[in-house]
Amino acid sequence: MMKYVNYERPSIDGKGLMMGKPGYTDDLAEQNSLIVKVLRSPHAFARIKSIDKSKAEALEGVELVLTHEDFKRIPVTRAGQGYPEPSPHDKFVLDNYVRHVGDEVAAVAARDKETAEKALELLVVDYEVLEPVLDFEKAYENEVIIHDEPEIHEMFPIGFEPKKNVAASYLMHIGDVEKSLKECDTVTETTFYTQAQAHVMMEPHTVNARIDYQGRLVLYSSTQTPFHTRRIVAQALEYPMSKIRVIKPRVGGGFGGKQCVHGEMLVSAVTLRTGKPSKMVYTRQEVFESTFSRHPMRFDIKLGAMKDGTLKAIDVEVLSDTGAYGEHALTVFMVAGSKVFPLYNKVDSVRFGGKVVYTNRTPAGAFRGYGAIQGNYALESAVDILCDKLKVDPVEFRQKNMIREGETSPIFEIMGEGTEGIAMTMETCKLDYCVKRGMELIDWKNKYPRKDMGNGKVRGVGMAIAMQGSGIPYIDMGSALIKLNDDGFFNLLVGATDIGQGSDTILAQIAAESLRVHPDEIVVYSSDSDLTPFDVGAYASSTTYVSGNAVKRAADRMKQMIIEEGALALKVPVEGTDFDGMTISHGDKSISLKDLSNRLYYNEDQKQLVAVDSYVGTKSPPPFMAGFAEVEVDTETGHVELIDYAAVVDCGTTISPNLAKGQVEGGLVQGIGMTLYEDVVYSKTGKMITNSMMTYRIPTRKEIRSLKVEFADSYETSGPYGAKSVGEIGIDSPPAAITNAIFNAVGVRIKSLPVTGEKILTGIQKSRQKGEKQ
Amino acid sequence: MKIKLKVNGENKVFDVKADEYLLDTLRKNNYVSVRRGCDNTSCGVCTVLINGNPAASCSYLSCKADGKEITTVEGIPEEAAKIAGFFGREGADQCGFCNPSMALTVYAMKKELVNPTDDDIRSYLVGNLCRCSGYQGQHRAIKAYLEVE
Ligand code: FES
Ligand code: FES
Repeated sequence: MMKYVNYERPSIDGKGLMMGKPGYTDDLAEQNSLIVKVLRSPHAFARIKSIDKSKAEALEGVELVLTHEDFKRIPVTRAGQGYPEPSPHDKFVLDNYVRHVGDEVAAVAARDKETAEKALELLVVDYEVLEPVLDFEKAYENEVIIHDEPEIHEMFPIGFEPKKNVAASYLMHIGDVEKSLKECDTVTETTFYTQAQAHVMMEPHTVNARIDYQGRLVLYSSTQTPFHTRRIVAQALEYPMSKIRVIKPRVGGGFGGKQCVHGEMLVSAVTLRTGKPSKMVYTRQEVFESTFSRHPMRFDIKLGAMKDGTLKAIDVEVLSDTGAYGEHALTVFMVAGSKVFPLYNKVDSVRFGGKVVYTNRTPAGAFRGYGAIQGNYALESAVDILCDKLKVDPVEFRQKNMIREGETSPIFEIMGEGTEGIAMTMETCKLDYCVKRGMELIDWKNKYPRKDMGNGKVRGVGMAIAMQGSGIPYIDMGSALIKLNDDGFFNLLVGATDIGQGSDTILAQIAAESLRVHPDEIVVYSSDSDLTPFDVGAYASSTTYVSGNAVKRAADRMKQMIIEEGALALKVPVEGTDFDGMTISHGDKSISLKDLSNRLYYNEDQKQLVAVDSYVGTKSPPPFMAGFAEVEVDTETGHVELIDYAAVVDCGTTISPNLAKGQVEGGLVQGIGMTLYEDVVYSKTGKMITNSMMTYRIPTRKEIRSLKVEFADSYETSGPYGAKSVGEIGIDSPPAAITNAIFNAVGVRIKSLPVTGEKILTGIQKSRQKGEKQ
Repeated sequence: MKIKLKVNGENKVFDVKADEYLLDTLRKNNYVSVRRGCDNTSCGVCTVLINGNPAASCSYLSCKADGKEITTVEGIPEEAAKIAGFFGREGADQCGFCNPSMALTVYAMKKELVNPTDDDIRSYLVGNLCRCSGYQGQHRAIKAYLEVE
């Protein structure tokens, strides 16, 4: 019987943060920090002919001005990933080329914000403005080459061809797709587009630096990847890693947007050169223009099936836009296949390939879903198109063709993230239940496909299934250290990175479960590169599964140590000695944990008990979900209202049901945002128009009326207490489920996101014209 | 120039520039629960109560606040702790960056609206954005808080 897992507990930091306790990066900056501000490119593509910094340097209060001439040319990638990274090393701290509006030109460090801003105005930059590549469909082999620097390189083969504007490329196949498509009774072929999406985490990217009393560089950073940050800063500045400490305090959201370094390199350079503390807080405009957004993609997807509704072949060509730099280019691309197409594992053949191209737009990077949301939209829309053509029920079609417990897909073995994958069988897959339960929650039987509400409004329901992963096998490593203290309470030190998802809370629960002590007895600190053990960070849905397994192992070890020390104290054999969380006992002899601890630290057999362990997955058990949307379409205006969304998720055991629910609800709303509201829009010259929270609209609480989230009963034995991960899965299904619902309501197929009233009205008009002709 | 504020019940005198915003004045003086999320008054993260009414401190000139009463979440510790309890139970707090502004706005709403409906709650809080929670947990928590309190 589990005591502290699948157990409702408020997050360990929620109350303190609600009450306004300082905790975020900027709350912890040194009071007298130099303010670092960056001059950013007004051009989409330009060569910097010269920068005159004399006037800026002469300004009273300016401490330092940095340009590309102040840095050795060391190409790095800002992507926080395993090492060597599957992303090209194509970025310099500062370069003599700027490749998107908002790219860094120079940095100023001054005593206050006003002085820094004034100094930026005094910098005189002479640009040679170049013709930019703004259309990603024209980037490949364009005569304009975005990355022509000789130093840039890939770390291992990822299909990097900068002279062709290709950051990465990939192709895989299983079976003979051409042949199986020919044998199919029905083949559909559709092109879908997904847009760039901005993360809009509430806390902007923030970092500060200081030199401590040991002469070490200490960074506080709002990051998802503190250990990767330390490594990348060291590489970029050729500064010894041993002299850098990265502390991740509370983080105000990330969603992938902080799985990278941004201000860290410049702030470190300023502090190392001046010896003074410095800090950088991105403006919201900088977050939009100068960090990352989601990779826009084009999918050309062919599905082939037999009359009886058996899916036979999946053929997909993808073009992905990585913008000005290639962070996460290959891996996001691959996840658009590897965490999507195994959903239909009974096919004869699959082909998946394409390119990731550079353009002169804000770079794309990691974003919750990481390609899977894009791929899911294309596949699950295409499946409904196919069902419509075959005249089969879309739910029955999925039930017939989808992956089930005990089954596998050859894709798992072929596709990893940047490398080959790992064969695995679905030990848990409750998709069947998820679909059935979702139908009940949305009342599918009575609502499918549509209901005319009169007054020009039509309601429709639609659905999609989705999967993700739980970490990257053989790559993502998490570790944990548990220390017993006098008086019998514990410290849990983890590298895992709590960015608001609640990992500190659930990791303490896992340790508590193993030790049978109340979670309050476990004091957690996470993500300090000097004090906590290594962890790759918060990404790839790895924390619950990978870091959670590490915590469980360390806690199991600690439990064994306590039993052994207890047996020694009681002078009894270890065998037959037990620890129930309070007392170590053997027969009628017993000693409390408190007494044992005090004995260990003050009296006899003195020693410190510390248990440490780590975990690398040997597989990545996917969480699954079924999403059901009900929409109301106004046929006069094209306006779509989301009436209801039901999501049933199989993520194994929910360590904290409430936090897991929050993950799914938050993911769903970001997915709904991408479907219905959010779009990164550029001007003709490549300037981002939606560079503020006024022009880029995320859902408010008015648009989100009803979400129904439930979990399937599921236990993944390879996970900690049966858990898989849950951070990303929630975001994947809304684009397809909502656009399928729109089709079921008014017969308009949305092939490019986001949904707009205009697209719907045009679609309605087209089908009316068609109807009139017939 | 010097302005006099009553912050969380304490009389304070601050030296501010003519174009300085209340958000910066407060943060500079260690009221760090007041945070910045945007550049143009669209996120609500910087909310404080000015004479009891929620306002975006990022666009409120400090000199205009002269003589006024400012409440940050540090000024309502009991209410904030209570609200935190409900948020915790619903798993409604994630990154927590929006939390202090939520507590202040919910507290002001409770004083202002009698028996608000679901839609009233959503309208009152519409300017307080949250990118983590999907709003559902927050909504459940706020309703529970209003029912009990
Ligand atoms: S900081 Fe966003 S509204 Fe004030
Ligand atoms: S909890 Fe992160 S923005 Fe609301």
